[in-house]
Amino acid sequence: MACFIVPAVEAIVTTVASKAIENKKTETSYAAEVVNEQVKIPFSRKLRWLTNLLLGGSVLLMFEHLWHGEIVPWFPFLTATSNPQDTVEMLHEMATAGVTMALLTTAIWGVMLLVAHIVETKANSAENSEDNA
Amino acid sequence: MTLLVTVFAAVISTVIWYKNAPDDEMKLSVLCWMFWGSSIMWTVDAVFEYVEIGAEFFRPSFEDMLNDTYLGISVIALALVIWIVVLLIKDPKGAVKKTLLNNEKNKK
Repeated sequence: MACFIVPAVEAIVTTVASKAIENKKTETSYAAEVVNEQVKIPFSRKLRWLTNLLLGGSVLLMFEHLWHGEIVPWFPFLTATSNPQDTVEMLHEMATAGVTMALLTTAIWGVMLLVAHIVETKANSAENSEDNA
Repeated sequence: MTLLVTVFAAVISTVIWYKNAPDDEMKLSVLCWMFWGSSIMWTVDAVFEYVEIGAEFFRPSFEDMLNDTYLGISVIALALVIWIVVLLIKDPKGAVKKTLLNNEKNKK
């Protein structure tokens, strides 16, 4: 009914967070990373992966809801808000399916972070062993 | 059916992206993110539906299947339009800019 709203809200939060981190980084920590000469993907970039997944998914799901007539391009936008019974059902769906969608997407992003960490570690250890040789 | 169509789209776009990686001049990553994001979300939808209706989930009516396929194809069309818009706005090859500037020069 409106499950896509939950991941869409998370996407907005992660967008703001990654922008804030990016701004902070240009002021302080970027130089430290260059000095260390270690392969490290900035966290703001990693956060953008999550934003892209959430935003991309939410946009296509929004279209699906439009297709099924669950959202309309005029106020109040969500057809389920027209009567209290449907509103309760919509909120229940958001709390169950919507939250699960956001959690699963975040969990998959967690796996991506783990893989990225392993790749970074391997690249750094290979670089260190080359330097020592 | 929508989930299946989207998963196929996600896999195909990822394969094409990987073929050109790490270059992403055509911004194919935009398509990958959209298709994988929606595939994850529709998987959750599918699991919830399966829990609700059980094995009936795997026996949709012909009409439902047709409508879902039509929706899946429409979703791909929308994603492709978004991708083209992003590509033209970001213009990584500078082709749009060059074309516009050339047209202005020719006018003069």
